Amino acid sequence: MLTIKVNGTSVELKSEPDTPLLWVLRSELKLAGTKYGCGMSLCGACTVHLDGEAVRSCVLPVSAVGTREVTTIEGLEGLEAQTLRDAWTEVDVVQCGYCQSGQLMSASALLKKKPTPTDADIEQAMNGNICRCGTYPRIRAAIHMAAGMRSARVGPATISLTK
Amino acid sequence: MATLKRRYFLRVMGGTAATAGGLAIGWSLLPPRQRLMPGTPLPVAPGQVALNGWVKVSADDTVTVVMTQAELGQGIHTSLAMLLADEMDAAWDRVKLEQSTLRKIYNNQAEIADGLPFPTGGPGRKLAQWMARKIIREIPGLMGTGGSSSVIDLWMPMREAGASARAALIAAAAENWKVPAAECTAESGRVLHSSGKSASFGELAGQAAKLGVPKNVKLKDPAQFRLIGKPTRRLDNALKIHGAPIYSLDVQLPGLVYAAMKMCPTLGGKVSRFEGMAAQLLPGVRKVVAVAPYGGGLASFGSGTGGVAVIADTPFHAMNALKKVTVEWDHGPAATLSSRDVMSALAGALDKNPGKVHYERGDVDSALQSVAKTITAEYSVPFLAHATMEPMNCTVQFKDGAATVWAPAQSPGFAVNAVAAILGIKADKVKLVIPLIGGGFGRRVFVDVVSQAAALAKETDGAPVQLLWSREEDMTHDYYRPAFMARSKAGFDAAGKLTAWQMTTAGSSMGAPSFVDASGKGNFDTGYGFPSIRVAHQNTDSLVPVGIWRSVSHSHNAFFTESFMDEAAHAAGQDPVAFRAALLADSPRHLRVLKRAAELSNWGQPSAPAPDGAKTARGIAIHPCFGSVIASVAEVSVGESGKIRVHRVVCVVDCGFPLNPNMIRQQLEGGMIFGLSAALQGKITVEKGQVQQTNFDSYEPLRMRDCPAIETDLIASTEHPGGIGETGTPTIAPAVANAVHALTGQRLRSLPLKLA
Repeated sequence: MLTIKVNGTSVELKSEPDTPLLWVLRSELKLAGTKYGCGMSLCGACTVHLDGEAVRSCVLPVSAVGTREVTTIEGLEGLEAQTLRDAWTEVDVVQCGYCQSGQLMSASALLKKKPTPTDADIEQAMNGNICRCGTYPRIRAAIHMAAGMRSARVGPATISLTK
Repeated sequence: MATLKRRYFLRVMGGTAATAGGLAIGWSLLPPRQRLMPGTPLPVAPGQVALNGWVKVSADDTVTVVMTQAELGQGIHTSLAMLLADEMDAAWDRVKLEQSTLRKIYNNQAEIADGLPFPTGGPGRKLAQWMARKIIREIPGLMGTGGSSSVIDLWMPMREAGASARAALIAAAAENWKVPAAECTAESGRVLHSSGKSASFGELAGQAAKLGVPKNVKLKDPAQFRLIGKPTRRLDNALKIHGAPIYSLDVQLPGLVYAAMKMCPTLGGKVSRFEGMAAQLLPGVRKVVAVAPYGGGLASFGSGTGGVAVIADTPFHAMNALKKVTVEWDHGPAATLSSRDVMSALAGALDKNPGKVHYERGDVDSALQSVAKTITAEYSVPFLAHATMEPMNCTVQFKDGAATVWAPAQSPGFAVNAVAAILGIKADKVKLVIPLIGGGFGRRVFVDVVSQAAALAKETDGAPVQLLWSREEDMTHDYYRPAFMARSKAGFDAAGKLTAWQMTTAGSSMGAPSFVDASGKGNFDTGYGFPSIRVAHQNTDSLVPVGIWRSVSHSHNAFFTESFMDEAAHAAGQDPVAFRAALLADSPRHLRVLKRAAELSNWGQPSAPAPDGAKTARGIAIHPCFGSVIASVAEVSVGESGKIRVHRVVCVVDCGFPLNPNMIRQQLEGGMIFGLSAALQGKITVEKGQVQQTNFDSYEPLRMRDCPAIETDLIASTEHPGGIGETGTPTIAPAVANAVHALTGQRLRSLPLKLA
């Protein structure tokens, strides 16, 4: 029987070892914020963190998680997460919202590594996350805004939708 | 093919032309028009009262607004709540939303009347629409979210409901305080009197409900609006940034089992026989069953494809076991079909037929005989998939002769009817829950997955079953945006003035007879004052199931019209903006949008080079749709291996009164990016009856790296609002194509755009 650590808690799993992490999270652990979108690591809707790194959970067998700590959107906390959620709200990023868990997981992993990312950094980190509603310009603006909030934590920065 | 031709709205609405006619004769005997009160009272929780059919007030001052429309991402829940809360003077932070049941007052009159097959042009259309609205309001189950119609339909009813609730609460307070109602006012969830007395809505609601529903209430003057017209944040932000389980795929129920399904890879094919034993033996598997096609299999608003499903303990067990199911398919008549054949058939239809004329003004033939110059061109667009991020899914529990359904549904009436028919129960035994929806774009109007889940619910002994399609099934079993082709001709006099405009299109009319505007919207009603114009359509169906796709016929007609308009401008040797402006002289709304877009984009000035220094150029397109007018200017460059890159888009819209500028801008950006995916990359092809694109690698939507900067501008207006959910989509393809021509001299006449 496998044990993995999810959002700070160790859990013993009933799922078979070849079950993709996505389905362990959704079906066994009832953490439905992580989404199925393509099953082939093409769209990023299933993005979670393994030790802070953004990974696609739809193609990752749960047996490959090992001792690395899994963080899902439900357990996403800390300064980056807070500033990103504030910026997401300020900029009104979401539309249908289905891809947004994955977008926020990718964005928070980026900000951990690069607290003040350039447009190129953002495009690099976010290019694997598809949004059919077309929230990209607002995501770009919100990540810049979150970076500003993070470094200053003073009032909202200017919203800019320009590239 | 006869069924394809007949399947348009009248049939799938649950009635037939005959019953509709019967209602038409009898309508004067029916109750007078009102959309304030349902036939039976709204269900209320303890401590809650309904003030009319749209709003309930609780003792704790919560104001619950009834939501008739599906939230697919377009922000409609926020916008509709604003309408009611503003007129009611409710406290915005006490507003909650609740899904409505199916009641006639919630029927979407605007969507249905606008979508019905009426002849285009002439006075008959307006009369027919007026009559249709009278009929529509009497047919149960005609609710729906589509055609960018929600605000158009509910702008008045939801404001009236809010104002009526406000008047009732004021009447209650006035009675209590023994003062004239005229001395009372309301603000932020309280009724106030000049003496300083005040009471909360929650305190007054019970008494207000007993006084009855005030009907002839005065609506606010726009200057008094507190929410309407103000940029307002979405009510669903917090849920969506915390990963809350808000979609139908997230529903968690005791005893829930999961299903995965395989459909024939050939469009319209059926199961001959299947072998499920190997799958059945796998752990977690409960059952392997065949699902019969519903309502005829191939495309229609009320049908579903058959297949083989595995029911298991988890979605992964179901998907995994499905791989072990072997199916012998009856591939059916589409087994030799290819999309190249469909395109050839469209060209052949245009070779052989003049098409049915659905709009004509002036004498095109004699105008063309006397012109100094003509130009002709042929344009085409491919099939497209919707590819919503939330794949098709539905959960059904059938127990004790009643069903509960959780579905991402845009047309609740169709969904309920399908479930009732499949389970052999009455529609009033079906409870439909519509959670928030992970994208729609027209796909969720169809009930195929709902019909399949209902069939599976008969197999689970009362346990709820959730059917989820894999992305591959989703992409290969869509109701595709039809492939279309257009041939156009324009004539100019010796002075270079455009005197004749002719366009004939071929493609599936999506079930509508060819004389109607379902496939013609956006090619005759352009606002251009052509001295002579003739628009014809040759209905050409294929075996590819087709449906409505964000912006419906505007998605192809704007590309045809606005690209050819650009060709006309060049043929006349004029600037594309100036040329359009001259033709729009009698369409002031269009003209203002055009001029504003030109101004904001610095039209006529050189455009800045791309970040890598490449030369850029601009293209423009303008298009009226869904009661709004939009113009877009795109700045493009060409990158490595001829890749078309869009750097900046300026977009101006007149959508009437801008109810929530925040949502309008979101929708314009989103609509445009959706259209840009199609313009640059979108193409569904068919070989041997099978769709060749199966996932986001072979049908790749635009990603962030290729997304331009988008600037939006709204024209101030106090007119009745137009639609906005689809309005951003049509102009982007022609604006980009026209920019590519300006930059390279190449006129690209088919989508997706590819340089030679």
